[in-house]
Formats: sequence, C-alpha cells, structure tokens
Amino acid sequence: MNLWLVLAVNSVTLGGLLFLLSAGFSLIFGLMKIPNLTHGSFFMLGAYLATSLIAHGVDFWTAAVVGGLLVAVFGGIVERLILRRLAGAELAQVLVTLGLSFMIADVCLMVWTGDPIRIATPSALRGATSVAGLGFPTYRLAISLIAVVFAVALWALLDRTRLGAMIRAGVDDPAMARVVGIRVSRLFTVVFCLGAWLAGFAGVIGGPILSVYPGLDGEMLPLALVVVILGGSGSLLGSLVGSFVVGFLYNFGQAMFPELAYVVLFLPMLIVLVVRPQGLFGRPAA
Amino acid sequence: MSRLALGVALAILAAVPYWVGGTYYVNIASQVLFYAILALGVNVLAGYAGLVSLGHAGLFGIAAYAGARIMNEGYGPVGVTVGALAVTLLASAIFAVLALRGTGLGFVMITVALGQIVWGVAYRWISITNGDNGIAIRGRPSPLGLSLTSPAGFYWATLVVFLLAVATMAVFVASPFGASVRGTRDQPRRMNALGYHVWMIRFLAFLFSGFWSGVAGLLYLYYNQFVSPQAVALTASAEALLMVIAGGTATLLGPIAGAALVVIMKNVVSAYIERWNFVLGAIFVAIVVFMPDGLVPGARRLWRWARASARPALRSVG
Repeated sequence: MNLWLVLAVNSVTLGGLLFLLSAGFSLIFGLMKIPNLTHGSFFMLGAYLATSLIAHGVDFWTAAVVGGLLVAVFGGIVERLILRRLAGAELAQVLVTLGLSFMIADVCLMVWTGDPIRIATPSALRGATSVAGLGFPTYRLAISLIAVVFAVALWALLDRTRLGAMIRAGVDDPAMARVVGIRVSRLFTVVFCLGAWLAGFAGVIGGPILSVYPGLDGEMLPLALVVVILGGSGSLLGSLVGSFVVGFLYNFGQAMFPELAYVVLFLPMLIVLVVRPQGLFGRPAA
Repeated sequence: MSRLALGVALAILAAVPYWVGGTYYVNIASQVLFYAILALGVNVLAGYAGLVSLGHAGLFGIAAYAGARIMNEGYGPVGVTVGALAVTLLASAIFAVLALRGTGLGFVMITVALGQIVWGVAYRWISITNGDNGIAIRGRPSPLGLSLTSPAGFYWATLVVFLLAVATMAVFVASPFGASVRGTRDQPRRMNALGYHVWMIRFLAFLFSGFWSGVAGLLYLYYNQFVSPQAVALTASAEALLMVIAGGTATLLGPIAGAALVVIMKNVVSAYIERWNFVLGAIFVAIVVFMPDGLVPGARRLWRWARASARPALRSVG
C-alpha cells in the first residue's frame, strides 16, 4: 500500500483516539474550568488495568469497558474528595491534578514495572479488510468507527437530552444554571466520571497500537492540551476537528521531519493562539 | 537589629563548607542555592504577577543547553554566560508573547504546552541536543581565574550569584515596577484605566523571571557538567512551582525555604526509597489542600497566633 495512504489511515486512527481522550478533557475544562492534568494518567491507567484484566482471562471488549469504569470510579473519588474541597480555587485544583498525575505514574511504575506491555489485538479484528480494492488494517478501521459512534453519541447526549441541556447550561453560565435549579455540582461529578471513562476506554483500545509504557501519560496529555487549545474548550466539534488535525500532523510530521515532529505538532496551536486565542470553535471569554 | 540578623545569616551561609560536614552536604547546599534562584524567578510570575507558569524548566533547560553548546564550541566563561543568557532572554520573549495571550488557566495551559515543546526538541532533535544522551561539558569554567572545581569553590560562587539574585528581588519588590506588577495581578482593569500598559508590565516581568531561570540553568549545567531532557521535563517545572508554593508565593524568603525543602526532601527520600515522584505528588496535594498559603506565611501565622495566645498568660503571671 502507498506510504501516504498508510500515513492517512494511521492519522485517522490517532485522531479517533485523541477525540475520545480530548472530548472528556474539553468538557471538564468547559464546565469545571479545570485543565485536568490527570487526563493523560487516566488514559494510561485504563490501559494498564485492562492488561491485568486480560491477563486474568477477561476478553478485550469487556476489559475496555470495565477498565474505563474503574478509572471513572477513581475519577469520581478524586472529584468528590479532593477537587470538591477546593471549589472556587481553580489554580489549587490544577496543582492537585498535577500532583495526582505524578502519584499515579509512580504507582503504575511500581505495579506494572517499566517494561512496555502490548495489548493483543482482538482476534476478530486482526488482518486487513479490503475497501475499494485497497487493504486496510481492520483494527484501525474499527477504532475510527468507534470514534465516529462516540462522536455521534456524545453529540446526541449533549444536544438532545435533558442531561446534555443541563451540561450546556453549566458550561455557558454556571451561576445562572444554579439559579434555575440545576445542581451544577452534581453535573461536575457526572462530567468528570464520563471524561475519565472516555480517557480510560481510549487507553485500552489504543493499547494494541500504542502499547502501554511509563511516560504514555506525559505523551498523551500535551496532545489533549493541543487539541483543546486548537478546538476551543467545551466544544465537541472543536475536539473532533482538533483531534484529526493533531492526528494528521503527528503522523505526517513524523514521516517528513522525524526530528521535528513534536514541534510541528505545536505549530498550529501557536498560530491559533496568536490569531484566535479562544480556539477555532470556542466562544470568546465573557 | 535586622542588620545584625542579616550579618549573622550571611556569615552562616558563607561558612557552610566549614560547618556542614562533608562534600556531599556542600553539594546539596549548592543545589539548594541554584534551585532557590530558579524558584525566585518563578515567583516573580507566579507570586507577584499572578501568572502561574508550568513551563519554566523549559527556560532553565534552554540556558543549560545553550551554555553547553557554546562551551563545547570552545568559548570562555564570559562568552558562555552572555550567549546562554541572551538565548534564554530571546526564548523568554517568545514564551511571553505566546503565553500572555491568556491569563489564569489559559496561561497555565500554554506554558505547559511550551515547556513540552522544549522537551520534545531536547528529546528528539538529536542533531542539536543529542537526544536522550544529553550533552556533557568538559569541566567547570574558571571565571576570573577562580577554580570552581572543588565543591566549596563552586558553593561560594553560587552563593555570590544567589545573593545577587536575592538583592535584585528585594530591589524589584520595593520598586515602582514591582508595585505595578502586583497591581496588574490584583486589579488589571484598574491599572489599565490608570494608564499603565498591563501587557508590557507582564511581558517585562516574564523577561525578568526568565533571566533568573536562565542563570539558575547555567549554574545547574556547571554543577552537573551535563544536561539531558530530564532537566526540562514537566516534572522539573512542577518541582520549581512546588518550591514557590510550598514556601509561600509573593514572599522573598518563601521560594528559598521551598527550594531548601524540596532539594533536601528529594535527596533524603531518594536515599531511602525509589519513589520520589510519588512523594513529590503527595507533598503537592497535601500542601495545596492543607496549607494553601505555603510554609513561610503559614509559619508566620502560627507564630503570631502563638504570641497572641501567650500574652494573656504572661499578664496573669505578672
């Protein structure tokens, strides 16, 4: 297969994973105004938990869902016990999430050691699928499909349900949302758990491609930051567009300027910051 | 009285190599001093300007990398110092222009991203930075013919730079510029209405902060005679910020106390267990949750409270 096509497929796959990761990050940031610096750790933790589940005979998809759930429970505890105590002190909340990310990274290193662990591709999705006469790796197509399904589901949740309307109200104007009787603090927990679940789930399904290794958290977090700065916080469409932009830049950058791939990744972010600081799809701060 | 206390403190600091016992401790004292300079630099932004940076290890590292490259080209101490600091100032200006597009949390996120770019370059741009292997330099320089090779010699040189940094900070805090920086932190709109150029004041504060981070980075390079991507990792930026927050933001002595705490903790903890990152994270969480204003203001408050509660007791005795 053509090199460019391979790169394009890989870019779409990475974009899909990044969307799962950054949609939660963006919602948390939009609603709670916290850049959740543990988000990369959630991604890594989900993947590590799944490797243990799979080693105990659980099948891949169950492990992905359950791994995500465990991360969501952990996220909920963090939100309830620590972030809640610091309500209003946004800076303190950021610093706590940073401190937690160091602790999670060290615990993972202790439990799962420093060797990279590869999650086996589920057997049904191994090999290639031919589309229009070209062979594509089936698993990568599946990830792209999952990302699309989640994008639609999240859009439906936010745009078509009562819960989604409450979240949107909380993002727009938390004070007014409280006045009209929305329990914004409960929304915080819901959104934080949802974001943590998405991150943990993404970590598991990314496992067959990326493997799990110490430092994965630190590699994914900046990508999520770039996506959100690029797309604008609290915007689902922004995360979607941002994720694919970053996915393409990362893969094509690595192929064309291997030494500078990491810098190429940040260029559009810098341009957006200078030209449109609120992000492509964000609204200017009130 | 306070002049006397200052004199005593200086004498104690200058005599560290004589009373601290062993070169190991002298080296730790040197580390405390150059990390204190970094913390003082971070404090200019995080404390006085209210702009929390999580990218300062980037500036610290740029100075170290630039110094190493220039030194390996064969330049002397003056050339290295001037060159590295010029590069750092330029990088600080670029950082500032980008990061000052946001304030508050936006600023934090942008500095994280900028710091990660520097890390990415240090790690991947192998032709310039030698990647993961880092760059080594051949021995410490000898400015003005003074040898910095011995631990005590290096300590005294660092102490001189450190005292210069503290003096500069004291002048900065008392100056009209220092007051205007605090003004942009507390009342940016009012400062704007009064005719101050808020952006320019923040920009200059960023340069000032970056300059001292660069000085600390150079000292780090001379101390280790080596620099690798580890120096510019997010952990390093977080450590610098922890020093400031642990000691107390917007105080002169806070960052110094914080640097001493973090450096000593790091060396002591690492001697017993491997889990420094876990401890670092735990201290971070504990300080933010339980002692949000830092050790120096916290201790001062405790002292005032102790005196206030001791006074009635004394009176009843008299």
